[in-house]
Amino acid sequence: MEYTAQDFKKGQPRWCPGCGDHFFLASLHKAMAEIGVAPYNTAVISGIGCSSRLPHYMATYGMNTIHGRAAAIATGCKVANPNLTVWQVSGDGDGLAIGGNHFIHANRRNINLNMILLNNRIYGLTKGQYSPTSPRGFVSKSSPYGTVEDPFRPAELCFGARGHFFARAVATDAPGTVDILKAAYNHKGASVCEILQNCVIFNNGTHDAVYNKEGRAKNAIYVKHGEPLVFGENNEFGLVQDGFSLKIVKIGENGITLKDILVHDAHCQDNTLQLKLALMGDGDGFPVALGVIRDVEAPTYDDAVTAQIEEVKAAKKYHNFAELLETNDIWEVK
Amino acid sequence: MTIKELDQVVVRFSGDSGDGMQLAGNIFSTVSATVGNSISTFPDYPADIRAPQGSLTGVSGFQVHIGAGKVYTPGDQCDVLVAMNAAALKTQLKYAKPNATIIIDTDAFKKADLEKAAFQTEDPLAELGVDPDRVIACPLTQMVKDALADSGMDAKAVLKCRNMFALGLVCWLFSRDLEIAFNYLRDKFAKKPELAEANIKVIQAGYDYGHNTHSSAMNVYRIESKQKEPGRYMDITGNKATAYGFIAAAEKAGLKLYLGSYPITPATDVLHELSKHKSLGVTTVQCEDEIAGCSSAVGASFAGALAVTSTSGPGICLKSEAMNLAVIMELPLVVLDVQRGGPATGLPTKSEQTDLLQVLFGRNGESPMPVIAATSPVDCFDAAYQASKMALEHMTPVVLLTDAFVANGSAAFKLPNLADYPAINPPYVPEELKGKWTPYMRAENGTRYWAVPGREGFTHILGGLEKDSQTGAISTNPENHDLMTRLRKQKIDNIQVPDLEVIGDVDDADLLIVGFGGTYGHLRAAMDELRAQGKKVAHAHFKFINPLPKNAAQVLTKYKKVVVAEQNMGQLAAFLRMKVDGFVPYQFNQVKGQPFVVNELVSAFNEILNK
Repeated sequence: MEYTAQDFKKGQPRWCPGCGDHFFLASLHKAMAEIGVAPYNTAVISGIGCSSRLPHYMATYGMNTIHGRAAAIATGCKVANPNLTVWQVSGDGDGLAIGGNHFIHANRRNINLNMILLNNRIYGLTKGQYSPTSPRGFVSKSSPYGTVEDPFRPAELCFGARGHFFARAVATDAPGTVDILKAAYNHKGASVCEILQNCVIFNNGTHDAVYNKEGRAKNAIYVKHGEPLVFGENNEFGLVQDGFSLKIVKIGENGITLKDILVHDAHCQDNTLQLKLALMGDGDGFPVALGVIRDVEAPTYDDAVTAQIEEVKAAKKYHNFAELLETNDIWEVK
Repeated sequence: MTIKELDQVVVRFSGDSGDGMQLAGNIFSTVSATVGNSISTFPDYPADIRAPQGSLTGVSGFQVHIGAGKVYTPGDQCDVLVAMNAAALKTQLKYAKPNATIIIDTDAFKKADLEKAAFQTEDPLAELGVDPDRVIACPLTQMVKDALADSGMDAKAVLKCRNMFALGLVCWLFSRDLEIAFNYLRDKFAKKPELAEANIKVIQAGYDYGHNTHSSAMNVYRIESKQKEPGRYMDITGNKATAYGFIAAAEKAGLKLYLGSYPITPATDVLHELSKHKSLGVTTVQCEDEIAGCSSAVGASFAGALAVTSTSGPGICLKSEAMNLAVIMELPLVVLDVQRGGPATGLPTKSEQTDLLQVLFGRNGESPMPVIAATSPVDCFDAAYQASKMALEHMTPVVLLTDAFVANGSAAFKLPNLADYPAINPPYVPEELKGKWTPYMRAENGTRYWAVPGREGFTHILGGLEKDSQTGAISTNPENHDLMTRLRKQKIDNIQVPDLEVIGDVDDADLLIVGFGGTYGHLRAAMDELRAQGKKVAHAHFKFINPLPKNAAQVLTKYKKVVVAEQNMGQLAAFLRMKVDGFVPYQFNQVKGQPFVVNELVSAFNEILNK
């Protein structure tokens, strides 16, 4: 059956006008329609926060649960019913602060979840406190003199937890978002999609460098597996390896041709260069990497659980409760 | 040699943690149960990870009570104490009756052993005031070495068989048929037959030693079996029975069983047991923390499984928020709390009943939740089945309370026939409601319908925010919140539970003894003893605590005096006083981490009777 975005839509979103979540929601509806899994075989599970309201605007099964636990709840849902396509939606506070433990363990286990991290670097629902992705020195209501702590960089956390899929998109970039959501669905295992999303009220402009098309042309690089890492308004720049680091070069200068440019390998087991790409753009003069940065096949937890049950079923002679009882030392009183 | 007939006897095996006392005790229990004796056991582990060998803190005990008729507790004090080393004798003597027979390994009472056990003199018996005539002192280690001299086993492996010598000696003392023990070992070590034969050889050596050297001086005993209930039996611990109850309920309901858990003493054996049974389709996930254990179970419940999370008191603290999520989303979930000593880490291996008020009230908001407390190791099976049925049929989290005492204790379990158990029928949303259904539509008994993902036409969003009773949308409407709060409470109040049963002098008791959960056996034994003394006493025991049995108020207000005896500072008494107008009971409270002592209960209750 063919679906349209309309088949996944429900209700009237209640986010602030201009909130990045509106853009993301539209892309999610579109991606789900293109993926084609029926709404009744789809579960969307969120925690608490502005972005975690999202399931209420889905015509699928879903839960808007408690703060930080979305990944753990989604884990149980997926393991108990592997036939469901499960999307887990969290913000940076929900996913990386209170829910940080579940985030890393879902990645480590490699459970087949599509994990959306809507990153606006602020607590919006509680009205403006710094989050674990706010930069050092960030001034907020709870840090009037600036924070004195370093932020998490989501990709680093994902890779540190042995994550096999990491992609990034800007909320306002619908085609880019739909692309990575479809790639996340197609990847078997935990798929982390970081969505750079603007909070118009409490952290307006945090992603300004890449938030519109013009900005992205200058400040972002779209990475695609198997293609050279080029960027710039006319794709005039490229990335090359320089010792242990990456370097920006201009194609056509100093004898550099397109052939010299590093070709993106999202399937490479070793995540060293993928991590370098993912960490670019933090005021370092490099562009922000968008697209699928890492996409490596690995056994998934839910498949392994199911397979192990089948193996043990085949190996053991007892398959119901009555037969289980008989495996014990039994005596008879006459 | 004289053979004396006994009605009941209590044996306590004690030794170093590595001495295999639990195995020796288990085999003796099984041998006794097999001949039709009633059994009740109590393993008493040290809390230390691995205390130094021979030290006072490293002593591990296993007590078994065997009876010709029914026994309800592992017994207050033992008739026979096996002490495999000096530390065991020193720490365990307090659990022995004044005239108990004591078996010691003299090879483990050397100078160094006595020092480790902090004896001041070289005569431990005199120092402890033990009459040497009561003691079977044997060079046990040496005899085990001799028995296995030709076995080709290394010295370490030989020493591991010491427990079997003690077992053989005890089997001689109680005229036990060794064949049953031999079969047990051949079965247990089916893959290592040479190990089974070595153990068997040592048991026989222990038995022969008793027979040959002590026959003239010691009595041996027989415990005949009365009131035998014919049937097929197995030995089961409370934790294993709990796991079996969940498996049985899932099978009856036709659902996948999902356990989300995090290791914690003394609940971990439930995780171990369920993890074994993948051939029944049981799914267990050892989560990253207690919170995820419960949260993942909520997710599994949403997905349509019989979802269980297992823990002990500190874990309940962490799970509370996710338990509450199941309350407001009205999803089935069983939360197993194997209570242990608290607060905080408390006494991890010891038993208390101190979580009752926590599971009843320890959550934010109005959060009604059924609570069922298992009364014995065997009852854990029925309690787990009933908790699952209640959760699934009433779309609610249910707390199943056990405790370290019933969880680790064991008794003979008559194999249940699942066909005799009531059906489990979750309120799946009827197909004809397609198009009209909203998530908080209720069946006649006030229960929300269950629409499991995968069903077309019933997609819906649940959540932790209050919902409109009609549309299921998020609502902060004051009237709606008040209504939903009442509907959630009413749903729990509507649950039918069996009436509270009174035993003993039902019509004319001067004192009603009231308790809940794992103290059943001790309170029952205390009542029996008081009645044997000619007192008019009755006993009522709560297994269903929320909702209370309908006749609870009537029972509690019927008798002149009522005592609520519990292993906490009065939590059940407080709850009953809240629920029953004018109810002011006497209280007996003990929080020692150890089971009640029947004799102490009897004297406390006699005092109340005499007031």
